[in-house]
Amino acid sequence: MSEHHYTPSSKFGKWFNDRLPLLTLGDHLASYPTPKNLNYWWTFGGILTFCLVTQIVTGLVLAMHYVAHADMAFDSVEHIMRNVNYGWLIRYIHSNGASMFFLAVYIHIFRALFYGSYKSPREIIWILGMLIYLLMMATAFMGYVLPWGQMSFWGATVITNLFSAIPLVGESIVTWLWGGYAVDNPTLTRFFSLHYLFPFIILGLVVLHIWALHVPGNNNPVGIDIKKPSKDTVPFHPYITIKDLFALLIFLIIFSGFVFFSPNVLGHSDNYIQANPMVTPKHIVPEWYLLPFYAILRSVPDKLGGVVLLFASIFILMALPWLDRSKVRSAIFRPIYKQFFWLLVLDVLVLGYVGAMPAEGLYLLIARVSTAYYFLHFLVILPVLSSFEKTEPLPLSISAPVLTGNSNEYK
Amino acid sequence: MEKSGKKNNRRDFLFTASYTVGAVGIGATIWPFIHQMNPDSSVKALATTEVDISQVEPGNSITVLWRGKPVFIKRRTESEISEARSVKLEELKHPEKDEDRVQKPEWLVMMGICTHLGCVPLSDKGEYNGWFCPCHGSHYDTAGRIRKGPAPVNMEIPKYEFVDNNTIKIG
Repeated sequence: MSEHHYTPSSKFGKWFNDRLPLLTLGDHLASYPTPKNLNYWWTFGGILTFCLVTQIVTGLVLAMHYVAHADMAFDSVEHIMRNVNYGWLIRYIHSNGASMFFLAVYIHIFRALFYGSYKSPREIIWILGMLIYLLMMATAFMGYVLPWGQMSFWGATVITNLFSAIPLVGESIVTWLWGGYAVDNPTLTRFFSLHYLFPFIILGLVVLHIWALHVPGNNNPVGIDIKKPSKDTVPFHPYITIKDLFALLIFLIIFSGFVFFSPNVLGHSDNYIQANPMVTPKHIVPEWYLLPFYAILRSVPDKLGGVVLLFASIFILMALPWLDRSKVRSAIFRPIYKQFFWLLVLDVLVLGYVGAMPAEGLYLLIARVSTAYYFLHFLVILPVLSSFEKTEPLPLSISAPVLTGNSNEYK
Repeated sequence: MEKSGKKNNRRDFLFTASYTVGAVGIGATIWPFIHQMNPDSSVKALATTEVDISQVEPGNSITVLWRGKPVFIKRRTESEISEARSVKLEELKHPEKDEDRVQKPEWLVMMGICTHLGCVPLSDKGEYNGWFCPCHGSHYDTAGRIRKGPAPVNMEIPKYEFVDNNTIKIG
């Protein structure tokens, strides 16, 4: 936290602040010393906060018009689209907002991977972030079930059936999740309830995430520890607020592009067919942001094995701070890690692509190789690199290379 | 000095312009979130209701739902009509002629909502043989006019028309 003590200028402000130090908090947030070399990859934290608030506000509105009942859910969504004033806009913001949220979170996560933001002393920030990501996936999945279209229904069936792979108790757990012997009205109503709850838990975790961030302060592109406040920092306001706002503006242009010009391009047309428990669509796929994990699931020719690998692929990320033991954070100074980083990005994109394709022939082979590489990266490459990689020399401060004119220190 | 003053003016203009565009944008974004709570088109589509009144005997009334609210359709007897028309306007809290409240003297079409706090009054009750509101004790006469109690004005007459002798269209 900031070192200097804050005293409100007005008498009332002082009286209030002595009882509830909101003004001290505001001052801390405004003057929070931020590394002056943060690039635009660092603006996604603010963008993600915006996404969360947007989803909560639009979701709140949708819940005023939506009916969580197997017989009425589908029609109530059409009612929102056709009858409710601006209902189409609010629903399209919410459904595309989920995609934009994941787009931003993936950039945010890969930024952390590139610049080593998960390393000491920021492990808790990273783990909180992973919990948020996990809850986001659960929330998005349950939200996708609510319109009660064909993809909703069969997505819900497939994902809940994952738990049936658990030995002995699997079947009972699935029955418990469903509240019946198939996905039906009890499943829908509980998903609605939890879909409403989870965003607020995420919000709470976001507060902790930011709190934990404000203890050591931001990591930065060169990944070195800096003195705060110093010549290497700028106050959060106005320097970072204005930069975040500008990035948000660009982000909103893309967001609006989807909402107004191709609102259904990221969805699946089968979800405009009402849920039918008698017929499964020919080719069922999850939303794009879950595809890499879907590919991992399908690449294993064993029910339990696939599910285990699916969950392992997410939980392995939580162990990352202890798998990558290199003291150097930023990939800028890690010539070999840098290449493996981009290989991992490619690997995840490939997994996403084959996740959308039928699980057969060449696609299945590619999915298996990519899945193997995904685990190889975290379990073998990172630990080995930690010991053997020869890193480049770090600058003493953010300003040092610029002031001494030695621009070779970092690029 | 002159140069810096000029610069400030340009900057002021940029600030004002940015804030204005920002305010308009935020306003335009907020409006859909407010307007979504207004009646939607499925509600507006129910703006009229047609009622068959051929089965209503003199002295009886029926209650129909229009826009989610009860509407009283009363076929008044001769004595009820004359009772309503004999009252002097000075005696009324909210002076209105009975002739102005009906299209045909026999038929009184009126919102069945007490003008005090929105309860539904009971028919053929109260001190004026009209309606009585059980919530806070407002008495209405045979023309639905407030005579006694806390209600401020007469019961509202909705827009309606006789499609033919046996059908009323409300709304």
